[in-house]
Amino acid sequence: MADFDITSKSMDGIASHGTKVGLARVLGPAHVWALGVGIVLVGEYMGWNFAVGKGGAYAALIACWFAGILYSCVAMIDSEVTSTVAAAGGQYTQAKHIVGPLMAFNVGLYLVFAYTMLEAGNAITLGYLISVAADMTGATQALDQRPFIILSIVFLAWLNYRGVLATLTFNLVITAFAFCAILVLFVASAPWSADSPLAHAELMSGQAALPYGWLGVLAAMHFGLWFYLGIEGTTQAAEEVRSPARSLPFGTLAGIMTLLIAATLTWYICVGFLPWEYLGDGVNGAVAPLFSAAQMTGSNALVIILGFGTLFATLASANGCINDASRAWFSMGRDHYLPQWFGAVHPTYRTPYRSIIFLVPIALIFALGAPLDQVITFSILSGLLGYTFMPINIILFRRKWPLDTIKRGYVHPFHPIPALVLLALCSLTYFAVFLGYGTQLIAMVSFYIVVSLWFHFWRYRFVKRADQFTMPWPKPRGY
Amino acid sequence: MWTLIEYGAWALSALFALHMIYDWYRTDTTYSEEVLTSSREGEIEAMTEEHRI
Repeated sequence: MADFDITSKSMDGIASHGTKVGLARVLGPAHVWALGVGIVLVGEYMGWNFAVGKGGAYAALIACWFAGILYSCVAMIDSEVTSTVAAAGGQYTQAKHIVGPLMAFNVGLYLVFAYTMLEAGNAITLGYLISVAADMTGATQALDQRPFIILSIVFLAWLNYRGVLATLTFNLVITAFAFCAILVLFVASAPWSADSPLAHAELMSGQAALPYGWLGVLAAMHFGLWFYLGIEGTTQAAEEVRSPARSLPFGTLAGIMTLLIAATLTWYICVGFLPWEYLGDGVNGAVAPLFSAAQMTGSNALVIILGFGTLFATLASANGCINDASRAWFSMGRDHYLPQWFGAVHPTYRTPYRSIIFLVPIALIFALGAPLDQVITFSILSGLLGYTFMPINIILFRRKWPLDTIKRGYVHPFHPIPALVLLALCSLTYFAVFLGYGTQLIAMVSFYIVVSLWFHFWRYRFVKRADQFTMPWPKPRGY
Repeated sequence: MWTLIEYGAWALSALFALHMIYDWYRTDTTYSEEVLTSSREGEIEAMTEEHRI
């Protein structure tokens, strides 16, 4: 066993090499939970219901649970690796230490694009929600959504700029509210009662059961990811939690459990209130299905609670995305994978302030100039590429540094089954995505090939190769 | 009312953006680049914490 022991109470195992200003270690497991669940919960409030449109209500449930297995594997693998690689950058830093620089560069870009695009998508959604609120309160003319889109991005960037503790405490409060709103709606619909307004038997029988057969189930997988997309973002907090070996696995695994409950309840409530044809049309039908379900109850209190729940879930997601994208960009700058200028930390607020500011105009350009479905598809595809890296990562990690060489904060069970299951489900999802968005998939893979060539033939010459491996691990087995 | 809220959103956006840009300028002109980019991966800040805890 190496001297390095991340679970040790007497030493942190990390030597100091001249850091004068670094990120602040102020977060606990609740903040990690808020970061992961906060990014994702908007997917329960809107977006997942496209899976119903692809294959009906049962197809959406099957996709929900298969995607749940996929993300449980992601959470377990992430928890083990990141409890050992306790540095900002998350999967980028893991890839750098375990696989190699080219993979790390690609994974870093997947992260930045996935989160920045998701942030832009959230801002577009927020503008839409405000315009709906304006319509409901009797606005006489169409609302200009742009100031609200810009305000959401700029305000959340400002909050992130001012410090991570306030940012993620804010996320904790609004995420908890949004999650509780789902529980309140479930309890209010009283599924155990004979008088329950839920009508599963009527809405899900006959043709409605599986309208497109098993091909519809496969097609629904693409949108099944919405229920959990972004939970892997917890790892970006690795350098800012007080106890990474404990907080990261705890926050991440509590997060995926929360999401499995929230996703199943969301499906159960919505398919019980809304016909699948309406629920599955996320553009002209149920744009925000939980809110539509609340309207079906006839209770004004539930409409208000779920309205705020939708708004808060959207804000929490954008907030977490700014946090995560900036940490990934910052880490790449700090390692010279990008200009080192991005690797600066604010001496007072202890945040990667230049990375936060730099990504604001990029998010604004996509939020104001690109259609929502394209923005979200780019985010999902970047995320999917990231998930495909994870099984390779954990298999190499266990092979190079077996359990008796580095003490982990968390050891995931049944290795390598989760890695193989994750790889199989990713392959299935690629096929599902190809069915609906084949052109975008090819375009995006082409983009990553081009930037990889740029990195390999140009950018890598600026990287100080010895400096990028900071973990005090023993030599990998076989080297 | 919503027209006023729109103007308010524009004004707040400008305020937050200007505050960030002002602070960015002030920070970059107050501290040296060496200090600002001194963070190294995985290190606990040397100014406040020691290797052994």
